[in-house]
Amino acid sequence: MNLHAVQAIYRFEMARMARTLLQSIVSPVISTSLYFVVFGAAIGSRITEIGGVSYGAFIVPGLTMLMLLTQSVSNASFGIYFPRFSRTIYEILSAPVSYFEVVLGYVGAAATKSIILGLIILATASLFVPLEIAHPVWMLVFLLLTAVTFSLLGFIIGIWADNFEKLQLVPLLIITPLAFLGGSFYSVDMLPPFWQTVTLFNPVVYLISGFRWSFYDIADVSVGASLAMITVFLGLCLALVGWIFKTGYRLKA
Amino acid sequence: MNRKSSVALRRAERDLAHAQEASLLESVRLRPVISVSNLSKTYASGFHALKNINLEVRRGEIFALLGPNGAGKTTLISIICGIVNPGEGTVLADGHDIVTEYRAARFKIGLVPQELTTDAFETVWDTVSFSRRLFGRRANPGYIEKVLKDLSLWDKKDSKLITLSGGMKRRVLIAKALSHEPEILFLDEPTAGVDVDLRREMWQLVRALRASGVTIVLTTHYIEEAEEMADRVGVISEGELILVEDKAELMHKLGRKRLILQLKGPLERIPSALAAHTLELAADGHELVYTYDPQDERTDITALLGDLNEAGIRFKDLRTKQSSLEEIFVSLLRETRR
Repeated sequence: MNLHAVQAIYRFEMARMARTLLQSIVSPVISTSLYFVVFGAAIGSRITEIGGVSYGAFIVPGLTMLMLLTQSVSNASFGIYFPRFSRTIYEILSAPVSYFEVVLGYVGAAATKSIILGLIILATASLFVPLEIAHPVWMLVFLLLTAVTFSLLGFIIGIWADNFEKLQLVPLLIITPLAFLGGSFYSVDMLPPFWQTVTLFNPVVYLISGFRWSFYDIADVSVGASLAMITVFLGLCLALVGWIFKTGYRLKA
Repeated sequence: MNRKSSVALRRAERDLAHAQEASLLESVRLRPVISVSNLSKTYASGFHALKNINLEVRRGEIFALLGPNGAGKTTLISIICGIVNPGEGTVLADGHDIVTEYRAARFKIGLVPQELTTDAFETVWDTVSFSRRLFGRRANPGYIEKVLKDLSLWDKKDSKLITLSGGMKRRVLIAKALSHEPEILFLDEPTAGVDVDLRREMWQLVRALRASGVTIVLTTHYIEEAEEMADRVGVISEGELILVEDKAELMHKLGRKRLILQLKGPLERIPSALAAHTLELAADGHELVYTYDPQDERTDITALLGDLNEAGIRFKDLRTKQSSLEEIFVSLLRETRR
């Protein structure tokens, strides 16, 4: 295993984050704070609590997930798209590295970034609302699994995209709506029965539900279902990445 | 067995082991450092980029792949370096198959691409150190320092790549390719779009690299570049390797020139007094064309001009023309197909 290479790619990506610190860390923190002000304070004055949890606290896991999903996807997609765009990818392709090592470097860095970001958001949230974490280990497990899975998805998008619009398309048109409709700001049982059923087809519901359970011990769907869903999604992404490298899709002519 | 004979036996065994080791070393030294067999490549678009290429590059030589744009030069080296999937055939780099033993093969190879593809906001030092580690080598600041100094990049080590000139970026790409101490260096069109001074500098650099023991494969479509640099030359056209030859041989073949004399009055045929010279009539008898090899001692332009004068043939202008690369390729291709 070429650990030097994994480390080199990982550090390169982390250095990129350091260079764009403002964009990488500050802007998601500001937008999360805005969500708190708008949803937490304004709506929170109407909906006082859900399942025994104050509304402000209730939305924390969903908001964190929302940021985690979008940031994982955009970090990882940009990380691999940019060398393709600038054509510096030639060096990665000509280096004695396996595909697994390449993914480990890029996806590892993207996931690390979004986990750091998730923790910063949680810390920011704790300034607004009292935060309690019922299952800290499970909280970290969900955080890690989600960051890795969606960074893999981002990596796939970064390989698939052949222009900057496509790069933005999936996070903007798919991830954000799914997260909004996935119970970030409400409990699924607040919806009419028909929409409750529709919601169950949204994979993000399971992520948010599981993550919220690790905080407050309340869930829309069972924790087992949440874990199973994210594992299935992780498996799908891994299979797709495997296929990409096996065929050289959009990487090698 | 007595003591004497057992000592003799041990000595014989040791000598045999040394001899085996020496012959092993010798066979490694003589083994081609790049060996391409029956390599073909068809792109998904259906474009047949390489057709059954067989090529061996010798250890320590400078090998120039010469050919017009689109001939397949870049495809060939991209396959060897792992950037393009090989079609049919096999490629060995220092005895390692580039597909099944890609790690060992790629470890031996450094590649300088044709385009100036660099990151923008990295510093020279960081990007070269990154390459070394990407190729699996432990960080070695001393070696990176040496490479940067050799390439006159040392005072730019903390500069961001975006601030460098084209010539410097090219040198950074060379530094990146050399950062992991490769045995084989591929230079894809190292002097395309480079000014004369920089081109000479590049040539010097390549020679210095060869002197340090690195095998060099470069692609070019400039004949003078092949002439200046290479030990051997391969000519590639439309995906076919037309010939591989010693430079001296090839230069002899490619070195033909034409002297074109514009006549004052048209000639119907070449006077017999001029039969000793290789002359042709062109432009409806208004031009007399003399084809010659400037390196051939038998070439005697003074004699030709004297004979013309004696025969009463007057001309108003003259020009010489070196066969263009395009023409040479066409004629080479025609010759090999014959």
